[in-house]
Amino acid sequence: MNLPRLGLMLAALLALAACGEEGWHGKSIEGLMPELEFRLTSETGETVTEQVFEGRPVAMYFGFTHCPDICPATLARLVAAVRRLPEPQQERLQLAFVSVDPERDGPEQLRDYTDAFSERMLGLTGTQKQLKTLTRRYRTTYGYEERREDGSYEVSHSSAIFVFDADLEPRLMLLDSLGVAEIAADLERLLQ
Amino acid sequence: MSEFLVFFVPWEFSWLVQISVWGALLLYFNGLRNSASGELPGYGPVIGFVLGVVLMYLVTQTRFDYWSQYMFFVHRGQHLVLHHLAPFLIALAMPAPVLARGIPQPVRAWFAERRRLRATWVAVYRWLQQPAIACVLFVGLIAFWLTPEIHFDAMLNVTLYWIMNWSMALDGLLFWWLMFEHGKRGITPRLGYGTRVLLLFAVMVPQIVIGASITFADANWFEVYAVCGRAWPLDPMTDQQIGGLITWIPAAMMSVIGALVILRFWIYDDAARHAANPAGAEPEPGHTTQRS
Repeated sequence: MNLPRLGLMLAALLALAACGEEGWHGKSIEGLMPELEFRLTSETGETVTEQVFEGRPVAMYFGFTHCPDICPATLARLVAAVRRLPEPQQERLQLAFVSVDPERDGPEQLRDYTDAFSERMLGLTGTQKQLKTLTRRYRTTYGYEERREDGSYEVSHSSAIFVFDADLEPRLMLLDSLGVAEIAADLERLLQ
Repeated sequence: MSEFLVFFVPWEFSWLVQISVWGALLLYFNGLRNSASGELPGYGPVIGFVLGVVLMYLVTQTRFDYWSQYMFFVHRGQHLVLHHLAPFLIALAMPAPVLARGIPQPVRAWFAERRRLRATWVAVYRWLQQPAIACVLFVGLIAFWLTPEIHFDAMLNVTLYWIMNWSMALDGLLFWWLMFEHGKRGITPRLGYGTRVLLLFAVMVPQIVIGASITFADANWFEVYAVCGRAWPLDPMTDQQIGGLITWIPAAMMSVIGALVILRFWIYDDAARHAANPAGAEPEPGHTTQRS
């Protein structure tokens, strides 16, 4: 990173510390992280990259389909928020669910899971290496618990939804403390 | 690869850390090699210096760094090492003369000719080493990086993360260097021993306040660890409380240990002064060491 850019970032950070979050309900991550980039397997079984979103804004969430409560609750809130958006905005926004549990989440399993939430939600997963590269790029992690006797296991993962704009630049982190109305307000503002 | 070896794979490889750590060790050992037998430090300083540098390496270039990024209390432990323990050991070893002897002769000659560079460096260094500024920096950096919004961004951005860790390590070196300045005079200002003990107390109190506030907070202040996923399942409040305790107790203890070290300097100097000048007038404390 070159010096002027570093200086700008530090200045932005100080400004942020001085006057708080510029009115977003979520957390603005503009300039903090690199643009979206990945190579994963989609719910259709094809290998895809970030180009699969064709220059549309994306709301992305990391989870696993066997997730008992957090994932379904978060995805349900996201989908409910999207339904509150004006029609053209709804059409533009792409939803993505990245499973960090590739062992149990094959393409078919992913397709059934994401379709249950929204037809605009794309299921993605990949090898451990591909997933680690992506989660690490966004400074998040995941891990597996010991297997129980019935073979099931818990997966720890990020609790936030990452929102990228049409240029695939990271813009917002929607924390799991946000309600449907707050998510909808942030998304509407971002998509304008 | 075995679990043990995996620990030593850097989570985020940094050329800057690698070069600094290996460079410092190389310079130091070269300096020892170039030292006349009368100039050699004892075993204590050598072990202290190496241990300090190795500790800095271990908390930034191993699996420990991964846990520090995804667990608040490990992060507090990382900063305890970077800002307190490792710089404490390094500064106490007083490695400057040995390191200087480790620099190859042509490089030393080149630097000796750069008078303006040296004058600027000395001016900046002395300005940073004023007692009030040293204290404000020492406590201010802890408070700054623990401000929840700033902490959040620092954990999300790689560059900020490194700036945070470097600032802690460099400030730790500055502060403890100022505290343990003794022996042959260099460019570090020599404060009176009483002043130093007072400064150690002055930085201890706010650290206790910060640590206790985190320990007893009834809300989760550092949400970023939930957002990014924890390294292993641990209750967020437990994580925060252990982190608060680490910020509070061992950090404050370092002030106490530092004060004991300074008292020891003080007693030795007094004894030396009385031995040299049994009936003489009392010179100012902390300014008693003769140029040897």
